[in-house]
Amino acid sequence: MENIICACGHSNPYGTKLCEKCGRPLTEEGKQTKVVDMRYDGMAIRSKTYNTTIVDKIWNFFSNVKVGIALIIITLVAASIGTILPQAIYVNVPEPSKAEYYEKVYGLLGKLYNNLGLSNLYSTWWFQILVGMLAISIIVASLDRGLPLHKSLKNQRVKRHESFMKRQRIVAEGQVPNPEETLDKVEQKMTDLKYRVRRDGSALLAERGRFARYGPYINHVGLIIFLAGVMLRLVPGFYVDETIWIREGETRAIPGMDGYFIKNNKFILETHDNKPQDEQSNQGVNAMAKNYQTDITLYKQPDGALPGDTDNLKKLRDYSIRVNHPLKENSFALYQMNYRLNELRQMNFKLVNKANEEESLGQIEIDLTNPKKEYDLGNGSSVQILVYTPDFSGFKDGEPQTQTSIPNNPAFIFKMTTPETPKGEVSFVEIRKPPFEPLGENKYRMKFTGVETRNSSNFTIRKDSTIPMLFVGGIIFMIGVVIGSYWNHRRLWLQVEPDGRVLMAAHVNKNMFSMKKDLDTVTTFAGLPPYEDQLDASEDVKKSTKEKEGDNNL
Amino acid sequence: MSLIDISRNLLFVAFIAYLVATFLFGGSIKQSNATGKNTEKWGKVAIVVTIIGLLSQLGYFITRWIYAGHAPVSNMFEFTTAFGMFIVGAFVLIYFIYRVTALGLVALPVALLIIAYAAMFPKEVTPLMPSLQSHWLTIHVITAALGQSLLAISAVAGLIYLLKVVDLKKPSKQRFWLESVMFFLVVVLGFVIATCFFSLLGYDSTYTYVDKEGNGRQIEYKMPPLFGMNEYKAIEEHGMSPLVEMPPLINAKKLTTVVWSLLVGSVLYLLIRLIARRRISAIFQPFVKRVNLQLVDEIGYRSVLIGFPVFTLGALIFAMIWAQLSWSRFWGWDPKEVWALITWLFYAAFLHLRLSKGWEGQKSAWLALIGFAIILFNLIAVNLILAGLHSYASA
Repeated sequence: MENIICACGHSNPYGTKLCEKCGRPLTEEGKQTKVVDMRYDGMAIRSKTYNTTIVDKIWNFFSNVKVGIALIIITLVAASIGTILPQAIYVNVPEPSKAEYYEKVYGLLGKLYNNLGLSNLYSTWWFQILVGMLAISIIVASLDRGLPLHKSLKNQRVKRHESFMKRQRIVAEGQVPNPEETLDKVEQKMTDLKYRVRRDGSALLAERGRFARYGPYINHVGLIIFLAGVMLRLVPGFYVDETIWIREGETRAIPGMDGYFIKNNKFILETHDNKPQDEQSNQGVNAMAKNYQTDITLYKQPDGALPGDTDNLKKLRDYSIRVNHPLKENSFALYQMNYRLNELRQMNFKLVNKANEEESLGQIEIDLTNPKKEYDLGNGSSVQILVYTPDFSGFKDGEPQTQTSIPNNPAFIFKMTTPETPKGEVSFVEIRKPPFEPLGENKYRMKFTGVETRNSSNFTIRKDSTIPMLFVGGIIFMIGVVIGSYWNHRRLWLQVEPDGRVLMAAHVNKNMFSMKKDLDTVTTFAGLPPYEDQLDASEDVKKSTKEKEGDNNL
Repeated sequence: MSLIDISRNLLFVAFIAYLVATFLFGGSIKQSNATGKNTEKWGKVAIVVTIIGLLSQLGYFITRWIYAGHAPVSNMFEFTTAFGMFIVGAFVLIYFIYRVTALGLVALPVALLIIAYAAMFPKEVTPLMPSLQSHWLTIHVITAALGQSLLAISAVAGLIYLLKVVDLKKPSKQRFWLESVMFFLVVVLGFVIATCFFSLLGYDSTYTYVDKEGNGRQIEYKMPPLFGMNEYKAIEEHGMSPLVEMPPLINAKKLTTVVWSLLVGSVLYLLIRLIARRRISAIFQPFVKRVNLQLVDEIGYRSVLIGFPVFTLGALIFAMIWAQLSWSRFWGWDPKEVWALITWLFYAAFLHLRLSKGWEGQKSAWLALIGFAIILFNLIAVNLILAGLHSYASA
């Protein structure tokens, strides 16, 4: 591709729209228009220049702002679809029955929604690809435009050609009595207005807030760092997400945190003493909770201890984990997530003779999380636990089944041996039910005497080493977006011809309103000819035609 | 008088001040149409009254904060009222940059409607649930609401722009949609009127019903039930029985409220049309006859520029920080989070369309209105219908 030689003699790269040196329009289109497109200061933009190889085509696709906007809109619509029905992670039923739940609760719509994968929309491959394409678009478009823009802004000349000046939105032309004095006055005033003023002979360029042009590119960099941080999560070791249920009094190893142990000392639930409100009672919440708290002790194994070895644990500290106040240790954090009140901990039974229930052969206390096989009552009596089901759900093939390992509905098959019945009697005992005696009627039975309960807490264990990166990305994004939004790039060109004819032009990338205030000030102060807003004058005429185009595009 | 009474009275004063200021702004524009003089004076009085109202509402906000012990942004009433206050604040800010009185004529009625809407929700001071007990509640919610309010001003400017340019004499899509916006505003008024009316009557009916998961529940209607909940049975019924029973997925009580609002709003709309003998847009059109379109367009764009960073900070960044502290993950695709992201993406598209595709003027004005519709959807529909983790806001 050949360079374009401008009338001023400067050689511009192929694709340049405005001469890099003097600003003359180089394209036919540019020469025709009344106000030139100043978006990238007329630099050659790769995507607008080459379109032959496959790389060009891919590059052009992603750098196209139309494609970028389309990607934003598609992502937006897709994201909204995910809120029509609750996402699967917020459906409070066990994993296998979720499909069933969608169909049962939401009917055909729910079934379709779940089957199409919309119930896990944000982790579907196509949604992730969409976000990925958006990221590529941000990178490509920023490079495509940011680099040429930077080059152009860095190498700005003071003196521009008349055809460039006259094609700016703001122009002024007229005579001044004393050119040199006019230039001095403009320089003085513009300096007062915090512009950087450069002069080259009889030409002047006043510029302010150039860095605002970099705002969009900075915020794009921030976004990319943020998205990269999110991706980093997939790298092992960067992200830990575990969960643990721990009962009061228990000490357990913390999953994901090697060598650390946690003891649940006490779970505390406090409620506000208020009448439930309308919406709360709708959601089945009766009293409003005030505080969820677990008092814990954190332990660490000594160095070199075997996994699971709880001897010689070193106490690190006591802490109260509350909502909004996680326990933080060694880049891990433990969050109070859930609780269960009054979980069965221990059941007590007496071995009694059915004929005379007052007389007991002894009491056994069964630890429901860790029951013994046999309890010796002395005096020749003992009780054996043949089968224990913590959460009894019925018989299958003659065997008692358990739903979960949590003692919600404990059931036992006991073998009771007494001096009177040395062979032993077998009895199936379920909570709050009469005993079932499969091998014929027994003389003795296990009489339920009481339970002890305790609470348990659920913590999420989280380590997210990507957070610093996300934070940096977020901060860079904010800086970029603030720079780009709250500052603007204002430029004023002034040239005085030897005959006293003065030519002024001004450009601002946004916020013309403030620019005009500056222009009014400097025009009055330096006695410049009145300026004209070339878009303003023709606005009403152009509007009617412009609007019709607009409707077609909608 | 206790602190909470003072607070309530201050809010009332603010409401009246905004109402008066609206008419003053209208007057100032009328004056300028007639003589071209006196505008300054009327406009000045109007903005002074607006600022008095704003200070009064700020007084409400602070006294309620002191009384409750937490920033009053924790339920639907408190948040929506604060949103109204921030809209007035954003308007005052933009007013002092551009001095366009027509903005007040639209911004203040919008703020009034929002505050009136807020007042229809339970106004009691409620203690905070554990997940809300954090300074981030104050920081996140106030920043997000401030951002939304600044973005709302762009919709105000957009509405003014469209009122001026859309030809109301010839039928067109634009004329239809513009009038639809007006109709929606009247429906909000309809909601306020219907709620006040039935609450003055002390209307109350109670039913039992079966929810979508098959549990038996109880519900209290504050408006005569047009629709009944799934398998409803009356416990105490007044006036009328539900006309139709709804499937369990639909909250018939909320549907009843929506339909009553639509009914009252439609009647009101028809009355206005009959009395004025023209469209509501046409009633407002003379007021914006003299606005400078380019300036209004720039105000619309500028308010997005000012609001977008604030919204990003409050609704996304602070939200993520708090979510990380409270829920252990910075992002969880909760409906409210998703809709904040959607709002953000939408305004990002708005800015790109404007910068690169030259969508200015009418297109930009329509986009600003759509953006505000998304913000309102996030405030109303997401809280009341899609309620996820943020559902405490609906109490």
